[in-house]
Amino acid sequence: MGEKLFMQGNEALAESAIRAGCKFYCGYPITPSSEIAEYYAKRMPEENGVFIQAETEVAAFNMIAGATATGNRAMTATSGPGFSLGVEAMSFMAAAGLPAVIVDVMRPGPADGDILAAQGDYFQVVKGGGHGDYNTIVLAPFSVQEMADLTPQAFELAEKYRNPVVIVSDGMLAKMMESVELPEKIEQKKNFDWTLTGAKGRKHNVITTCATGPEQWEQFNLELQKKFNTIAANEQRWEAYQIEDADFIIVAFGSVARIALSTIKKARENGLKVGMIRPITLWPFPKKAFAELKDKDFLVVELNAGQMVEDVKLAVPDKERVFFYGRLGGVTPTPDELFNKIRELYAKNNQ
Amino acid sequence: MNSVKINFELCKECEYCINFCPKQTILKKGERLNKKGYYPPEVVDIESCTACGTCARVCPEAAIEVYKDVTL
Amino acid sequence: MKVIYERPKILTDAYFKYCGGCGHGLVNKIIAEILEEEKLQEKTVIVWPIGCSVYADKYFNVDSICALHGRAPAVATGIKRNLPNDNLVIVYQGDGDLVSEGMSEIIHSAIRGEKFTVIFINNAIYGMTGGQMAPTTLLGQKTTTSPYGRKEEESGAPVNMAELIANIKGCYYSERVAVNSPRNILATKRAIKKAFNYQLEGKGLCFIEVLSQCPTGWGMKPLKTLEHVEKEMLKVYPLGVFKSPEVKNQ
Repeated sequence: MGEKLFMQGNEALAESAIRAGCKFYCGYPITPSSEIAEYYAKRMPEENGVFIQAETEVAAFNMIAGATATGNRAMTATSGPGFSLGVEAMSFMAAAGLPAVIVDVMRPGPADGDILAAQGDYFQVVKGGGHGDYNTIVLAPFSVQEMADLTPQAFELAEKYRNPVVIVSDGMLAKMMESVELPEKIEQKKNFDWTLTGAKGRKHNVITTCATGPEQWEQFNLELQKKFNTIAANEQRWEAYQIEDADFIIVAFGSVARIALSTIKKARENGLKVGMIRPITLWPFPKKAFAELKDKDFLVVELNAGQMVEDVKLAVPDKERVFFYGRLGGVTPTPDELFNKIRELYAKNNQ
Repeated sequence: MNSVKINFELCKECEYCINFCPKQTILKKGERLNKKGYYPPEVVDIESCTACGTCARVCPEAAIEVYKDVTL
Repeated sequence: MKVIYERPKILTDAYFKYCGGCGHGLVNKIIAEILEEEKLQEKTVIVWPIGCSVYADKYFNVDSICALHGRAPAVATGIKRNLPNDNLVIVYQGDGDLVSEGMSEIIHSAIRGEKFTVIFINNAIYGMTGGQMAPTTLLGQKTTTSPYGRKEEESGAPVNMAELIANIKGCYYSERVAVNSPRNILATKRAIKKAFNYQLEGKGLCFIEVLSQCPTGWGMKPLKTLEHVEKEMLKVYPLGVFKSPEVKNQ
């Protein structure tokens, strides 16, 4: 396996992307993602790669579209405000079939906001926010190790489906340092017939998202929907912790899931059967994890005012048994805080 | 004899070719409508044509081709 | 028979959607001629804009991508920086695309000295969307969003892009040409060919602004538009070279 190091989340993600063969990075500095740009700026001359500090996120997101159109791997990293600017290009890349990887290191919003941990980009990243019917795979690591593991997979998934992939972390995960085993360095395998490299010895390729009439555009959309349905059927990922005998199941992703692990430990020590489902793909949402869970209560915990909770309600057999707890502004709950909330809900249930 | 070939269906009747022909007698607006509803020019005086190619160069549709007779 | 002029084979059989007399047709044709003469078809990638030329990818047997409105220079940056140096990347944009929506992208591409060729079609109007005012619209010019004629105190004065870009260090070459006469059409071809050659030599951003006629948008028959370019547009947008490696002290 690869080397084991003590690394910051942002830097581990960047190094993993480089080892996955991504030698083109462009982006606009924005806290808490800037270390990714700075890391790439330092490493790209060593790897004969390209680092561009783009003028805006609008430009950066469109640059990675162009880069991936040539078949090369490309990545940008930003935070919520920057992702908002790039949303038009998310729609574009999903429709045009461009396999770029986008990192959103979430921070508290709305508007400019603050720079600590938050999860208020769930709607923006998962539901889209861009024009028209499209989806992008969203991966949510919860540790520096998982960031290193998922990053190479993000590129593979993007190329497998010809769709952009988003990796969401947050201001806490990005800055924390943990022990991490980095992936092996690989060379990107390029075997594409659709890329723009100059039509030498082949028919020319065209990448366009401009409709030529309703019938043609409906057909184009139906093909896209087929792509998204295939992803939804095959790529749902989650991790389940002690759910078989649990009365209460916490549903959390990213940083919150880490906090919840401590809560589960404390709850079990106090005789409360608590478990957790941790979505790893936010899109496709891991509905399969919830489908069979009858007669359980769910506590969805998020660093926002209630976003993923809607998808949980849609996924469970009885949405009346889904409760929500959230903190805002960059405040993160303590394990005790969550434990007290669960105890409160237990008490209500047993009345 | 030099040759000016006009792609009848591509013409959009902009009249640039008629306007810029140095001889001014070779091309004249025709009286047949093409499918899109335009009157493409007709070659009415090929004898005066020197195959300068101006008509072809000013056509925005690339609808005109010009050939020079080199048999003399 | 000797061929004096034949339709470039790089052009497909697709019918140009441009209006009769439109400058786009002339410039598309010129690009096709150059790519064929210089045997660049297999090395070229064209980035098309949103505008009347949005479907131009259908007219060329060349690798193409249609970027979002204004973003062509950013997309082209990603493409050019990921291809070998002997590839030719062409960026083709109109007023709405380059001057409005994409002003940031073109300025910064020039700042970075991106090594692609930008062909900017200036017809002083937003053609595709029905003839609205553009930042390049002339003062007093009536459009659907300046029905009483553009007023400087409300919407500013037309902006000269070739000069603006020329003033940025990363711009290697900047020229304004027109396609309203056989002589100007030939000059446009010379300018674009020069710009392509500079790119193949690895030089910085080359910017060719082409004054173009828009019969439908201007409400004039094609022959009248040629006059309008000559008499009105040239007053505001003089032809000429604004940045060149061959001229010192620019």
